Order: sequence, then structure tokens, then C-alpha cells
Amino acid sequence: MRPFAYQRATDVPSAVAAGTGQAMYLGGGTNLVDLMRLGVATPEVLVDVTRVPFDTIEETPGGGLLIGAGVRNSDLAAHPLVLRNYPMLAQAVVAGGSGQIRNMATVAGNLLQRTRCSYFQDITKPCNKRVPGSGCPAREGDHRNLAILGHSEACVATHPSDMAVPLAALGAVVNVESSGGPRAIPMPGFHRLPGDAPERDTLLRPGDLVTAVELPALPFAARSRYRKVRDRASFAFAVVSVAAALDVADGVVRDCRIALGGVAHVPWRAERAEAALRGAPATAEEFARAAEAELAQASPLPRNAFKVPLARNVLVRTLLDLTAREDLTAAGDTGETS
Amino acid sequence: MTTVAMPNVGSALDRVDALEKVTGRARYAYENFPADLAYAVPVQATIAKGEISAVDVDAVLQLPGVIAAIWHANAPRLAPRNGDPELAVLQSSRVAYRGQYVAVVVAETLESASEAARVLRVRYDADEHDVELRPGHPGLYRPDHVNPYFPTDTEQGDPDAALAAARVVVDATYSTPAEHNNPMEPHATVAVWDAEGLTVYDSTQGASNIRDTLAPLFGLPPGSVRVISPHVGGGFGAKARAHPHVALAALAAKQVGRPVKLAVTRQQMFAVTGYRTPTIQRVRLGADADGRLTAIVHEAIEQSSTVSEFAEQTAVPTRMMYAAPNRRTTHRLVRLDVPTPSWMRAPGEAPGMYALESAMDELAIACRIDPIELRIRNEPDVDPESGRPFSSRNLVACLREGARRFGWAGRDPEPGIRREGGLLVGTGVAASVFPVYRMPSQATARAEPDGGFTVRIAAADIGTGARTVLTQIAADALDAPMDRVRVEIGDSALPPAWVAGGSAGTASWGTAVVRACEALMDVLHGRAGDVPPEGLEASADTTQEVRAQRRFAQHAFGAQFAEVAVDMDTGEARVRRLLGVFAAGRILNPKTARSQLIGGMTMGLSMALLEESVMDQEFGDYLNHDFAQYHIAASADVRDIDAVWIEEDDPGLNPMGSKGIGEIGIVGTAAAIANAVHHATGVRVRDLPIRLDKLVHGVI
Ligand SMILES: Cc1cc2nc3c(=O)[nH]c(=O)nc-3n(C[C@H](O)[C@H](O)[C@H](O)COP(=O)(O)OP(=O)(O)OC[C@H]3O[C@@H](n4cnc5c(N)ncnc54)[C@H](O)[C@@H]3O)c2cc1C
Ligand code: SF4
Repeated sequence: MRPFAYQRATDVPSAVAAGTGQAMYLGGGTNLVDLMRLGVATPEVLVDVTRVPFDTIEETPGGGLLIGAGVRNSDLAAHPLVLRNYPMLAQAVVAGGSGQIRNMATVAGNLLQRTRCSYFQDITKPCNKRVPGSGCPAREGDHRNLAILGHSEACVATHPSDMAVPLAALGAVVNVESSGGPRAIPMPGFHRLPGDAPERDTLLRPGDLVTAVELPALPFAARSRYRKVRDRASFAFAVVSVAAALDVADGVVRDCRIALGGVAHVPWRAERAEAALRGAPATAEEFARAAEAELAQASPLPRNAFKVPLARNVLVRTLLDLTAREDLTAAGDTGETS
Repeated sequence: MTTVAMPNVGSALDRVDALEKVTGRARYAYENFPADLAYAVPVQATIAKGEISAVDVDAVLQLPGVIAAIWHANAPRLAPRNGDPELAVLQSSRVAYRGQYVAVVVAETLESASEAARVLRVRYDADEHDVELRPGHPGLYRPDHVNPYFPTDTEQGDPDAALAAARVVVDATYSTPAEHNNPMEPHATVAVWDAEGLTVYDSTQGASNIRDTLAPLFGLPPGSVRVISPHVGGGFGAKARAHPHVALAALAAKQVGRPVKLAVTRQQMFAVTGYRTPTIQRVRLGADADGRLTAIVHEAIEQSSTVSEFAEQTAVPTRMMYAAPNRRTTHRLVRLDVPTPSWMRAPGEAPGMYALESAMDELAIACRIDPIELRIRNEPDVDPESGRPFSSRNLVACLREGARRFGWAGRDPEPGIRREGGLLVGTGVAASVFPVYRMPSQATARAEPDGGFTVRIAAADIGTGARTVLTQIAADALDAPMDRVRVEIGDSALPPAWVAGGSAGTASWGTAVVRACEALMDVLHGRAGDVPPEGLEASADTTQEVRAQRRFAQHAFGAQFAEVAVDMDTGEARVRRLLGVFAAGRILNPKTARSQLIGGMTMGLSMALLEESVMDQEFGDYLNHDFAQYHIAASADVRDIDAVWIEEDDPGLNPMGSKGIGEIGIVGTAAAIANAVHHATGVRVRDLPIRLDKLVHGVI
């Protein structure tokens, strides 16, 4: 590990003031410290923001939630308003990592965790995301867990977060503070597709501090669900996941929010599936049609083609479960948590 | 041989070192801090084949805290002679696999050493590499023997003619991936040189063995090397021999003239501490209409490195499992530009029995016979190849007892028809086997003047409970209460002993302990129990006893039953129930034995569903070299698991009447699960691990 300086910020201004140059913010450290050990992240200064008092969850006047950037993942998943109003978010967070990791991990850190692409994590190999222009060995090599949607010649990585998937579905807004003043960046759109600049995961600029994530009021999200498909029953990143909220009246889909995880460089908002569903009968056939509409744009690689039928199936199943069940709660109903 | 009466043996006693371990007082290799300690961090090759052309040592010597940067141009010479060529660290410019040690940096702190190792520039002339095990590889050859000393090929009768004439034939090719042992405690070595020679604190499965390896390497008599290893956090075979880091630590300490600590990281372990070879296995079974085998052919191909030959005995269990007049087993090896494979829990049996027991399931289906009945029909009277009688063989009893406990009766063999909501459910069975080995060891037993006893043997407790079981054995042999007996292990200064390997530790050490205690009891009887102030000591060496000709074929057997549920939408397969029934001689401590057996079965479940070291064809290393990427079963994967056993009274084994139990638990599990997955879904997965991508197309 390269030598670095450590500073502890106590409020937002002092954090932003310290976060210049080759500095990086330190949340729970569950991703950043690993990457530093691997030599992937080489900050000169670590600005610890875990003492910054942005660790609360508050109801907004509009009926949404303002979640502080420093809220620990465990606290987020256990919050009564999250459980009641956004069960898919609580389910997604609980499906990630392990108890110990969720106790450490922060909301901002979770949003900003880096890809788990093996090549990205190995500094002895090329990787466009780590060293722009060095190449993308994953395309020819191991990409079983990588993207089927929205990838580029330069990079086929996926964003690994579970939490970010329901946030993208909900259209959460990321609040950012910087030396140039505050900004609000809506999701999806906060994370970016790789294009020819895969080194940039998000729209953040150097020094930007995430201060909060705001959830809009969305009453029908009280009936929502996160389904994560994974190789191991717990403590494994999603192979594919779905976050969905469904508003059904008289057998017709009035509104819906759908996002996919494990399929793209971003938490993938399934806009085509949503459009296909609005106003359509809430039937298995329509759900399948919507899933097909979304996945028609998939361009899988040789060793991850299975993700296309997998994503279709999970999406359809999740929507069916949402229509079939009256009482979905945050505890999840698969019997499988982490 | 008769077994001795033993009141403590057979009891479910707590571990004698439990308190020490849970309070953190048990000291592991890394936790030794000799004065003036320096830290070594190795540098690994970033090419898979070629030559090191230069190492930019001077640049890192400028970094703060750096003491030395050693590579083949400035390293002390070693004398590997007839030893393991892997241990000739930093002796040549040749790179044989990616991840091989090419240099080591020694510094005042771990942080300085790590940083210097990271920035040390090594220049290479790279060659084209070949890291792909594939059928028909032009480099495939027939090794002289397979691990440890079995014939490479065997043949009886005319298997080709018998297959051609058989009513029913199964001809299937199975593959198993490379897997890494990954004990919880990574390898670590602290090397200290002084006027007397070399002392090494090491995490090892066999202190005597490490000493005997290191001494000639450094041109020392064995008496000048001491290996200390009281506690070991698992090994699974990865610590049964000295891997290169042990030599590297000793070499670095010698070079800098200070004690040196070297801890292998989890990531490094994927290149330098051994792994299970991938296998490709073709199994052909010929049978009559009633499922009686007329031919068994099992042909395996495997890999080793270009540094040294490790030829795993994949098809060896097929030589003794089932009766058939015509049979053949073969092993072919190809030397690739890959790390050197080695022992991993049940080498040979674990991958080999996955193939054989999957093929038996396929045969049962082809013959429309219950898979348990099929195995019973093919039960041999004597060891089919050697003709020797089995000293005890209770496979059938295990199958029957397992069937009763598991609720096998009335199972509908039709695959793919049991639905529970969105799940497909099925059950499967497979046999387990592991040979009984016993190796020469020595021990001393001492009567202390205070009425207590001390028993010494360079055995290893790698988390199995060996220290506890040896105390039980010694207490009974000495007719003393457990708390009056102290067993000292894990130090090469103790009487030399076999490694914790081959499921032979307890049998080998226990025999020596019993014999030493018997000898001491004889002396004590002669003195009417009088112990002089300096104590009394007796010793034993079991070389003669163990080498005596064996009249019997000796194996432990078992049967494993699995129930799986496969999600019809996603192909996720989860094991709901896993039951193992074993016949392994006398169970010496039901508590530690159960842990060994369910631990093995858990590892078998992990092998079935998850474990795979992915070879990166372009770069030539195992790509997924950490625990976030190399999946090992988590608690949530293991739902209802149980291991039970059938009492066996087999006096021909050893004084305790025991067979080894460290490895049999992993044998057959993967086949039982694969067979259950087939029963659930109708999809036969012949390539481990059984991950959802292999099922998602088939189940919908
Ligand atoms: C073994 C393992 C398994 C895991 N499994 C899962 C899983 O299944 N699903 C899942 O979703 N996640 C998983 N994770 C990832 C885990 O969720 C993330 O590591 C965690 O959420 C990161 O949060 P943190 O607070 O520790 O971030 P840190 O590691 O502290 O930081 C991560 C990044 O965020 C930046 N950052 C932190 N705070 C701020 C801020 N306020 N403003 C701007 N930038 C900031 C840091 O500079 C850094 O770049 C796993 C992690 C591990 C180690
Ligand atoms: S997919 Fe992206 S992260 Fe992975 S190697 Fe290619 S460029 Fe790097």
C-alpha cells in the first residue's frame, strides 16, 4: 500500500475543503481500503467522512425521504419508513454483502463502489477503467458476470451495487456538495455508461462530496420487491437482479418502476419495459412482452448470454409475485436473506 | 492385532485446547515476534512463461525501511538436489508460471516491504504460454505412477469387447475445475537463524516433514533445523508439504541476518500453495439388463506444471468400488505453464468419485433400477483388482441405513416432475470411499514424578481435534484420567511423525502413542509403579509394525444423500438436505468426528455448486483469486446437514480400530448433488460446478 495522509472531517465544509487534489473520501472503507491494498486506488489523502453528521434519515415535506450519505447500510435497511414505503430498497440492501459489511458500509460508499471486474482489481493486467487506453481483456477473457446492456468497446463492466438498483427505479436524487456549490443529480443518470471513458463511473467530478440521497414520494412503491439472483445463497454479488414496484388497478398496470442490476455499467432503469407495461393488463403475457421489449437491446458476450433469459425470467417472476401477493414486506419473502 | 480397551476413546469429549483457542492464547505461526524481526514480501511473476532479464533492485533499496531486495542474481545458493524443484526459489531466471516468486523484498515493516514489492520493477523476456487443459492435447503423457505410488494404468479382461457386447452402455465425459484449498489461516512462516541453525515457526500439517525438506535445501543436518507449529488454522492438504514461501522466508532471513516473517496473502495463495488439478474424465460402464456391470473404464486427464510432476490418482477409486470382470483405468498428464497442483482434501477420490458416481446414476436410469439397488448388485466380494478380501466393507449397510433415515423408499425415479411453487425438487445418492493408510511414526511416553504423564510426538492438529484425540488415546493406554496426560505435538524437536494427511494422522500417530504408552506401562509394571525423581520414559517406533505385509484391502465407506431444489426461473440450485452415513471403523471422538464429516460434506457441497478457479487464458493465472470471487459455501448454502455412522469392529486396522475420517466426507457429495439436480430437473450437469448458467436454459 502506498503511504497516504489521513484526515478526519467533522462537517461538510471541512470535508469539501480537504477533498482536493489526490484526496479521496473514506466512508466505511469496505471497498476503498480493499482497492488501496490492491494498489488500484492510490489516494494521497484519505478524508474520513464518517464523523460528518450526515447520518440521519428524515421524511421530506413532500412525503419522500432524505437519506444522509453517511447512513450505514444496516440502519437504512432497518428503518421503519424504508421498510414501509420502499420495501424493495430494504430488501436490496439486506441482500448485499454480509452483516459485518453492511454495518460498516455507507449509502454514499455503496453508490460509489467500483466494479468487481477481475481485471480492474488486478494491477498487473490492463484495464481501460483503471488505466485509460490500456485495453479491455474482459471482452475476450472472463466476462461471465459482466454486462449485457449498454456496454462499449472500451468496457463491459457492471455496477455491483444492489442498493443502487431500487434507487434507480425510484428516481432517487443524489445531493452533492463541492467547492463550486451544491448540485442535485437524479438517478438514473448519476451513473454513466462506459462509452469511451470507462474510468468515470458517475457524473461526479473530483472533490465532489455526496451528502444525501433523496427519495421521492411514490405511494405504490409500498408494494415493491427486489429479487437478486446469485450463485451463492448469500454473500455474493448479483448475477442479475430486479427491483420493481407495480401499481395495478382493476387488473391493469397504472404505473410501474423497474430497474435491473448486474446487467450494465449502471443500475439499469428498464424504461422500455415500463413503457410497455403502463396501461397494459397485469398478466404473465404482458409481463413477458415487457421483458422482451427491454432485453431486445441486449448484446451479450459469448460467456454471459445466459443473463438474457435469466433477466427476462426474473423480471417476469418478480412482476407476477407483485401481483399475486398482498403482503410483501421488507423482510423479503424468498426465505433467503444474507 | 486386537484393539485395546479404551474408556475415553469413543467419548464425545471437548477439545483440550478449546479454551486456549477461543481466548486467543493459542499462538499461530504469524503471531511469533522474535527480536529484531524484519518482514518479507514476495514479488510474483507477471508473465506465465519466459525469463527474468533484469530486476531494478537499486530503486527500491532507496525506499524507507527497505533492507534488501533479493532475486536470483543476488540470492544465496540453495541445494535442492533431489528435492522438490518448486523449492529452488530465486535460483534461476526461468519463469514457469504466472505468480511464481521472482524476488523478495525485506523491510523493517510489513507496509514498507509491501510497497517496495509493489513498485519493484522486474523485466522479462516473455514466451508464448499454454495454460489450457484440453482433451487431445499433444503434450499428454503417461506418468510413471500416480499420487502417491499407485500404478498409472490398470486393466483386466477385455473392456473394449465387453463394452461392445454390453446390453446397456453409459459413455459420458465429466469435468471438474481447478479448486483451491483455501484454509482459513493463510500460510505464514517466521524464519530465525542462529549459531545452532535454523528455527522456523510455520503453519504446517507436518513439522517433521518440513524439517526434513528444509535441512538439505540449506545444506544442514536435520538436527540443525527446528520447525515449530503448535496450532494450525486448517490445511486441507495445502500445508502438507513445504511450499516455496517456506524456503523463501528462510533464504531471506539468511541473507539479511535477521529473523524474517513472511505471510502469504490470500491472493498469492492461488499461485503458490497448491490446488486441485482440473480433470477431464471419460467413464464408460457396460452392464447387462439387470444392471450387473460387465465393464468399467475410467480414463482421466489432468495437468501439472513444468516445474514438477504432480499426477493425481483420479481414477484409482474406480479400481475397487464395484465388481466387473473387465476393467481399465488410465491417467494422462499434460505439463502446462501453470502453478503446480498438489494435494487437496481427498485428491483423486473427490473428483474421481464425482465422475464414477454420476455415471452409476446414469446407468441406474438407463437400466431402470433404483440407484441404491444398482450399487448393491455390483458390490464385490473381494477387492476386484487385487483379489484381497476387504477387512471391512459396509457400503451396503451405509446405503441401507441412509435410505431409511433419508426416506428414500418409494422415490419416483422420473426426473423433472416434482414441483413446489416455482421450484423443482429432487433427491440423489452417491457412494463415498477413502483408503485406509497408516504411516511410520515415533512417540515417547513419560511418567512424571508427580503422577502425571507426558506424551510427545511431532503430530499436527490442523483444527481436526488431533491433540484431543491423541490425549484420549494416551489416557486410555496409560489407564490414566485425561487431565493427568499432557500431549505435546507440533514441533519437529519431538519424535518424528507422519503429516496430517491421507486421513492417516490419527491412525499413524495413535499407533505410535499406544505403543509408547504400552512400553512405558511395561517399565512401570516392572518397577511396581515406582517413578524415580527424574521420571521414566519409553519410546516407540512403528516402522516395522506399519510396514508389515497387508493381507486385506482396507477402506472407509459411506453413502451420501442430497435433496435439492432448483428455481425454475433462475436455475439457482440449493441443497435442502444432506445426509452422510459412514462406516469408518471405530469413531474415537463423536464430537470432533462429526465436525470432520460434516466439514467434508460442506466442502463437497461447495465443490458441487460453487468452487471453480478460473484460468485466465490470456494471462495464465487463476483470475478469481480472492474470496469475493472464488465462492466457497456460506452458512446460508448449508441448510440441513447431518453425518452419522455405522459402528464397525475391524481389529485389523490399528490399536484403536479406527479408519481415517478427514477426507471421506468430501467424497461422493458432488455426485449425490449432481444426481439430485438431475432428478429435480432432468438436466445432467457433467461439468462442475453446477451453477445457474448450466441450468437456466434447461429448466424453463
Ligand atoms: C466481500 C464483499 C461483498 C460484497 N457484496 C456486496 C453485494 O452483494 N452487494 C452490494 O451492493 N455490495 C456488496 N459489497 C460492496 C459494499 O456494499 C460496498 O463495499 C460498500 O457499500 C461501500 O461503502 P463504504 O461506505 O464502505 O465505501 P468506501 O469503501 O468507504 O468508499 C467507496 C467509494 O465511495 C467514495 N465515497 C465514500 N463516501 C463518499 C461521499 N460521502 N462522497 C463522495 N464519495 C464518497 C470513496 O471515496 C470510494 O471511492 C460487498 C463488499 C465486499 C467487500
Ligand atoms: S470490462 Fe471494464 S473494468 Fe473490466 S477489464 Fe474491461 S475496461 Fe476494465
